[in-house]
This record gives sequence, C-alpha cells and structure tokens, in this order.
Amino acid sequence: MSEIKNAIHEFGQLERLARRDQWVNHIHPLVLLGLTILYIAIVVSFGKYELFGLIGMGLYPLALFILADLKFGECLRRLRLVLPLVVFIGLFNPLLDKTPVSIGSIVLRGGWISMMTLILKGFFSVLASYILVATTPIVDLCRALRKIHVPQILVTQLLLTYRYISVLLSEVSRITQAYQLRAPGQKGVHFKLWGPLVGQLLLRSMDKAQIVYESMLLRGFNGEFREGRNAKLTLTDVLYGLFWTGAFVLLRRYVIIFLVGNLFV
Amino acid sequence: MHMADALVSPAVAGVMYAASAAAAVVSVKKVREEEELTRKIPIMGVMGAFVFATQMINFTIPGTGSSGHLCGGMLLSALLGPYAGFLTMISVLLIQCLLFADGGLLALGCNIWNMAFYGCFIGTLVFWLPIMKKGFSRGKIILASILGCVITLQLGALSVSLETAISGISELPLSAFLGVMQPIHLAIGFVEGLITAAVLAFVYEARPELLYGNSETKKEGRFSLKSTAIILAVCAVLIGGGLSLAASEYPDGLEWSIEKITGSTELESERNVYESAESVQETTSLLPDYAFKDSESAAGTSFSGIVGGAVVAVIAAGVCFIIRKSSKKKTA
Repeated sequence: MSEIKNAIHEFGQLERLARRDQWVNHIHPLVLLGLTILYIAIVVSFGKYELFGLIGMGLYPLALFILADLKFGECLRRLRLVLPLVVFIGLFNPLLDKTPVSIGSIVLRGGWISMMTLILKGFFSVLASYILVATTPIVDLCRALRKIHVPQILVTQLLLTYRYISVLLSEVSRITQAYQLRAPGQKGVHFKLWGPLVGQLLLRSMDKAQIVYESMLLRGFNGEFREGRNAKLTLTDVLYGLFWTGAFVLLRRYVIIFLVGNLFV
Repeated sequence: MHMADALVSPAVAGVMYAASAAAAVVSVKKVREEEELTRKIPIMGVMGAFVFATQMINFTIPGTGSSGHLCGGMLLSALLGPYAGFLTMISVLLIQCLLFADGGLLALGCNIWNMAFYGCFIGTLVFWLPIMKKGFSRGKIILASILGCVITLQLGALSVSLETAISGISELPLSAFLGVMQPIHLAIGFVEGLITAAVLAFVYEARPELLYGNSETKKEGRFSLKSTAIILAVCAVLIGGGLSLAASEYPDGLEWSIEKITGSTELESERNVYESAESVQETTSLLPDYAFKDSESAAGTSFSGIVGGAVVAVIAAGVCFIIRKSSKKKTA
C-alpha cells in the first residue's frame, strides 16, 4: 500500500516543480502544451527502422531538462508503467521481423531496430509529458484550455478532481493503513470487505462533494472556476514556440547525428 | 489497459481524438441540459478524485493470491449517469496521463474511447439501464456490474489490439495479440465487475437514491414474495408439466438396482405392517406411479408433474415460513 504514499509524494513534488521560478515555467501554458503534443506526434511518426533519426529528437528533452533544471532520476519512476508494456510489445519484433537492415557495414535483423525504436518512442514521449507537468501547474493548464474554448464543465470538474485527489488519496492511505494494522500480512482487502470499505469512502466522498458545493456557493460560484495565471501570449512565448517547431521539423527531416558526425569524420 | 504514446501512429491517435471529442461534445450538451448543473459539477469532480484514489486499493481475489482494482467507468456512470460519468472519466484519464504517465497525451483519445466510452455508454445504456428498467435489486446490480465490466473491458481490449495493429507498431499478428488481450481482460473484467458490484450493492443498501436511474428512495425493486412465487410456479409448470412428458418409462437407478437383485422394480412386502401401509398409500394417493389411476397416458404424467410441483412448492414454502417465524421468535 506504499504505492499510495508514493503517489501522494509524486503529486506534491510535481506541483512544487511546476511552481518554481524557472525561465521555462513562465512560458505560456498553451505554447508548452502545443509543443508537447507536436513533439510526441513527431516522435511517434518516425518509421520503425528510423532509429537514428529518432535519436536526434532527444535534443528537446535534453535541452529542457537543463533549461528547467529538472532531475532525470526523479522522472525515471514515471517510466514504470509505460516501459514494461512497450517492451512487451516490442519484444516480438526481433523474433518475427527478420528483414536485414544495414547500419554502415553491420547488418542487423530489422526486428532489433524496430524494437529499439519503439522503446525510444515510449521513453521520449514520457519525458516530454514530464517536462510539461514539471514546468506548468495544472491550474494554469486548465486556464489555458478555457482560452481555446474547451467546455467550462470539463475544465472545472478537471480542476476539482485535481484538487481533491490529494485529499482522497490521504483518506485512502489512512483507511488502508488502518486495515493493514487490523489484518497484517494480507496482500489486499478481503473480498467480504470490498463493498463496505470502498462504499463507506464513496458515501463520505459524496457528502464531501455536497459540503464543497455549499462552500463554493457561499463564495459566489456560478459554474466558472477563476483560478490560475491569466497569462497573455508574449513575443517570447511566440518565438519559443516557433523555435522548437522549426527544430522539430528539421530533426524530422534530417538525421542530425549523421550530419554532425560527418563534420568530424 | 492504458495505451502509451509509442503504441499509436499519429493518424490513429487523431481519429480516436476526433471520436472521443465527438462523444465529449454530446456529453457536455446533455449534462448542460440536466437540472442542478452547478451542484453536479463538484460531485463530478470529487467522484473523479474518488475513482482515482480507490484505484490505488488492492482487492484480494480469493483463491488466486493476486489482486484486482476498481472499474471506474461503470461505477461512475452507475452513480452519475453516462454523460457526467464520461466527462469525469476524461478528467481521471487526463490526470493519470499527465501526473503519473499512465497512458500518453497523444494516446489520450484512444484511452478515452477504450475505457471511458465503452465503460460509461455501453455499460450504462446497454446494461445498467435495461437491467434496472423494472426496479433495482441487489441481484440485478451484481448482474449489471459484472456483465457491464466484462463486456466493456472486452470491447476496450479489442480496440487496443485494433489500434495497435492499424498503427503498425508491433510485428505480432492481430490474431495473436487478440489471443493474449481478450482472455486476460475477461478475467480482469470479471474481477473488476465483482468489486464494482460490491461497492454498488453497498450503496444500494445504504443510500439507494444515489444510484443512477433510481428515483425511488425505497428499495422497491427487490424480488417480492409474490413475484418470486409466480416465477417459481411458472418454472414448476414448465419443468413438471413440460419435461415430464419426456419422463423415461425405464426404471431409475434405484429401481434398476432392485430389479437386478429381485427381478422386479418394487420390493415385495412380506410383513403385515408393510402391506397395510402400502394399501393406505395406494388408496390415498391421487396419482400412483405419476399418472391417473388406471391410466398410462402422457397427459396423466404431465398432470402428475404439475400437481407434484405445486404440492412440493406449498410444502417448501410452508416449511420456510415456519423456520422464519421461529427464527424471528428466537431473535426477539
């Protein structure tokens, strides 16, 4: 059950990272969100044997980790969910794809290349979404979503869900800890208690929602959430966005590691 | 079942984003039409957080040593309805993707479709509402939850396999991928269905008015004694009357054994007490040897089945009533 405590820790850590006073953290949330989606789309658009072209796309996470002063080690935990699945699916490629692919003078089975490409795609896309949430608070992201006319219901309830995750995670953590103390050595909750344990939490959450609603009404809630940074798009934001868009297009078009390598060889 | 970005091509991701966005637009429109919208939004928010938090709880699966998790889509839509449930699931999936890298930003459209769309719309509109049409009951909640979770997870797993295959990511043939995905998710769906059923059955006992589609605060949908008796009577007529037409003329196992030993299907009684008891039974029994007296007709056998069923039902019900009365007296 320490998974819950890890989640609470991870949750708080990301919030702290996103609220730091780094240069990248001041870029408009919409620009950062747009760049992240564009980056991931370009990464996954690489062909299965285009491993070397894909390696060049590592430039973006590398630059942003340095610019935003992020620690790579803290991001590694996030790979635990994505990588096993990607590796599992990629693992069949070396067995099934026997197409010979030459890298210089070395000839390899295409399956090996496609497996490495797949893993690298998974790796880069996780890094990109980590950079986004470590540089942009969710509240700002929601505000930006409203700017591009994402429905208010969706954004408001997204914000509320985000707000109450830490509250309910703490509650679940206390419940499971109390359960563990009463039933030591059990892997999970006994099936006879599935209903009462989660059901009680559910009813309490519903009651909590009612209290939240009443409190919000008292503070003048009319369906619209007015939180977060109401940032305006500046010239720096536009230039930043254009720079990286151009860089992504070039990295997709040219195999940068060979271009740079040829300068020295 | 969360898909990672690396498993989808931009084209598939785009199509699935469009499909999920269309479902979201319809849902937003429907939720806006609902009464007390401002009250519903905080509930949706807190329930999203609830699903997120409870997905962290491990539920022990008896006899396996492994554990299962809660099925969010089915639970949310059973409480909030399909449209509000769908929007809430979008938030849960978006937060899971952004904060915990469970799923991906590009694959979000796929994940919304595979988990939220099937779980909320198919789960509620195809299973939950039709099953609860004539009222709620514990049995119906369990049935709807298990059926809903199993079928929607199967659909979700099928979509994951198709999306990955169309994206051309894996060399694994679609049939092999399906062969792995579907059976695994059959088991997962069943366990998630059981957990969802346990939670919803608890809510039904404690606060039935919270369940979607249940406007009554009282538990009126339970199987009443009257309806149970009618169902049992129909079953008795069908089984006793219909199937006894096909009753074998050959001796049953015990009769066959006796015939092997004695040469006859009935034991010959030698003592007076047995003779007199037999004569009493033959005189009083309405349908000796399951037919009208002095008749070998099939109609007689059917009638015998119907009457027998009714008599057994009356006796069984009478015994049950006596037991219930006596247990009530004991507890009082």
